[in-house]
Amino acid sequence: MLGYLLRRLLATIPVLLIVAVFVFLLLRLTPGDPAAILAGDAATPAQLERIRDSLGLNDPLHIQFIAWMGQMLRGDLGTSLISNTPVAQMIGDRLGPTVNIALMTIIISVLLAVPMGVIAAWRHRSWIDFAVMAFSVLGFSVPVFVIGYILIQVFAIELRWVPVQGYASPVDGLGAFFSRAILPSLTLATIYVALIARMTRASMLEVLGEDYVRTARAKGVRENAVLFRHALRNAAVPILTVIGTGFALLISGVVVTESVFNIPGIGRLTVDAILARDYPVIQAMILLTAGIYVVVNLIVDVSYSLFDPRIRY
Amino acid sequence: MISDSLVTLQRRPKQEAPVNTLRFPLKARTGLFTALLATAALLAPADATAQAGETTLTAVMHSGLRVLDPVITTAHITRNHAYMIYDVLTAVDENFTPQPQMADWTISEDGLVYTFTLRDGLVFHDGAPVTGNDVVASLTRWGKRDSGGQLIFDVTESLEAADEKTIVWTLTEPFPPLMGVISKQSAVPPFIMPARIAATSPDETITEHVGSGPFVFKLEEFEPGVSVTYDRFDDYVPRDEPPSWMAGGKVANVDRVVWTTMPDHLTAVNALAAGEIDYIEALQIDLLPILEGNRDVIVERRDPLGMVTIGRPNFLHPPFDNQLVRQAAVAALSQENMLATKQGKPDFFNVCGAIFGCATPLGDETGSGPLKAADPEGARALLDKAGYDGTAVVLMAPTDVITLSTQPVVAAQALREAGFEVDMQPMDWQSVVQRRARQSPPAEGGWNLFFTNWMVPEISDPLINVMLNGRGDDGWFGWPTDAEIEKMRAQFVAAATPEARKEVALRIQAHVMDNVNYLMMGEYVNPQGRRANIEGIIPSPVPVFWNVTKGAD
Repeated sequence: MLGYLLRRLLATIPVLLIVAVFVFLLLRLTPGDPAAILAGDAATPAQLERIRDSLGLNDPLHIQFIAWMGQMLRGDLGTSLISNTPVAQMIGDRLGPTVNIALMTIIISVLLAVPMGVIAAWRHRSWIDFAVMAFSVLGFSVPVFVIGYILIQVFAIELRWVPVQGYASPVDGLGAFFSRAILPSLTLATIYVALIARMTRASMLEVLGEDYVRTARAKGVRENAVLFRHALRNAAVPILTVIGTGFALLISGVVVTESVFNIPGIGRLTVDAILARDYPVIQAMILLTAGIYVVVNLIVDVSYSLFDPRIRY
Repeated sequence: MISDSLVTLQRRPKQEAPVNTLRFPLKARTGLFTALLATAALLAPADATAQAGETTLTAVMHSGLRVLDPVITTAHITRNHAYMIYDVLTAVDENFTPQPQMADWTISEDGLVYTFTLRDGLVFHDGAPVTGNDVVASLTRWGKRDSGGQLIFDVTESLEAADEKTIVWTLTEPFPPLMGVISKQSAVPPFIMPARIAATSPDETITEHVGSGPFVFKLEEFEPGVSVTYDRFDDYVPRDEPPSWMAGGKVANVDRVVWTTMPDHLTAVNALAAGEIDYIEALQIDLLPILEGNRDVIVERRDPLGMVTIGRPNFLHPPFDNQLVRQAAVAALSQENMLATKQGKPDFFNVCGAIFGCATPLGDETGSGPLKAADPEGARALLDKAGYDGTAVVLMAPTDVITLSTQPVVAAQALREAGFEVDMQPMDWQSVVQRRARQSPPAEGGWNLFFTNWMVPEISDPLINVMLNGRGDDGWFGWPTDAEIEKMRAQFVAAATPEARKEVALRIQAHVMDNVNYLMMGEYVNPQGRRANIEGIIPSPVPVFWNVTKGAD
């Protein structure tokens, strides 16, 4: 297992290197000028040129790339061209809200979706099954911002149970955190509940037809145990894959939900940086996203063996 | 026409409960969903952030603050930030008259020597007194960036601190608009900072943010594009005069001001209605109905001058290198259509052909008739006279900036109806700002026309208005080479009296209408929204937070 982990971690190095090269080149090929954002609308071409010089944007591409890679190897993500703030600090400030909302979303999703999928499979073609499938289609189909606005209207504006917007760190108080995180988490969970419930149902349906399930029932094992101990564990691999991918997606930024609920997360940071052509921030964010996917996939792969003893590394 | 009246909305809404109060018995509701919400609500403290007894005003500004250097950029949000933490030597009041702020001044009889004397009690946020050297360093850095400042420094013999409180500015020739230029309120006022900070190159951003203004910037709480916090500067000594625009006494009545960025306007409006924030600088017009009937929210016009939207043709390439074709574009377009599409309600726009703004001392609408209503037939006649060969107009259309997204669409349609071939190219604003700097022909990555917006104070005289620069490649994008306007700008500088300056301004207005240096497409304003307990906001083009009080909600 340890050897497998090391091999997988080493394999991330060329992946991140390739991502770095592509991101760097693509950004330089994309139209846009950070100096123009910095200087504002009234700057003359000569003024812009001087600012580009001071930011190093007029250096040859290979010089810029080498300088950036040197920084990265020293563990320095650089400084924002626009705000002059260290990129690591900017990401650090924004990572907390995104990770916390993602965790809450995944917890809610798993708690709701897995039982829904299991029950739908257990009561295949019953009204429960149709209800779960209908919810699933709805969850996929309705845009998240619509769900977000509806939840705000009902629970924040009409009922006044929670604030309309904003984010508070759990460190500042669990109450403040939950009251602000609940609506965005529920909004995002709608999609993931739909996705995970559907995947759980499909996987369970396949497993419930297996001989060992029939055998367990014939032995008189209680139905709960049949479903959750025998069937669900064997159906877990695709479900874990969906959960893992979903978590990585959530951590890499959900800009619409972050905007609707005014959450200062990674998604908004990335979009703002792209709109301002803030190269160091964009580069760091894309590398971070790539790294998150690699790590989450690794965790998901390792977790397979916990549910299915036949899988060994 | 733009309404000046406060729009206090009338219908009393249902009684608002505090945000975190449960209004329905939980026992009637079951399920994980409800339980989660209820738990969240029960756990929520009354106010997670405010300290006991501290008055905090939370505002949503028109954009997020990212650039902190008010000299390197002309961004409005950075200028607004600068007014919070820095002070200025002098400032124009609501009559466009320069008034003392940090300093009084005298002018020698020959108009060559300006002597400024700092008032008592001026101190930076780090405790150091404001000295003449700080002023000299700040003005020098500003003079290398600001177009008006550059003109003054072109005729500057010396700028020196005679002593701790006295600054002497000696010119080689009279520059009568000097006080107006250094007292302007926008793009870019000369903010005074410590000499060690002002020593930074004007092409690099400053890294220390110490001013002597009424609020202190909290760097440790600054999140670029998300949130910025200011605390009242207890050692600030305001002037005795009542506030008038950026002049007069700056009395900070609230302990803390927090600017929070909300990218979603609907969320901001909901937050204002719910009392989670106190102020929105610029409300989106189509969301105003949400606030109608909410007596706890006041929607009103703060900015007496507003903004202008303009189109800028490229003088280097066909077809707009031809004056008759530019005149045809003027005839084809209609301010009314452009503004109505952009703003929706007539209360929030003003058909105006004055290139210096309709409510400014130099404003005059001479020759602007063709701008106001579309005349496709007249435009066709001008195109025929010009020998227009059907060269496509490459029109850059930004799609990601809501205040600029409608103008190209309306213009494209109007130009086509008048016989122009139009190649409207949608792109993001960043692509526009990069591409507009290219002088290559449109077919090789250049352009013919784009639209942008300015605050009226930024176009209100010939020295400030960058679109009136006629120095070709050294001028603003579009690069007109216009010797006549340069001559008139020089005459404006030399004019000794307001009447003489007005006379030159009138000639510039007539010239621009004839030469079409740019397409003045009218004025508009977005109202502000505030909770009813927020009072004392100064009517001004720049939103500032001195004089403001926050009562019980």
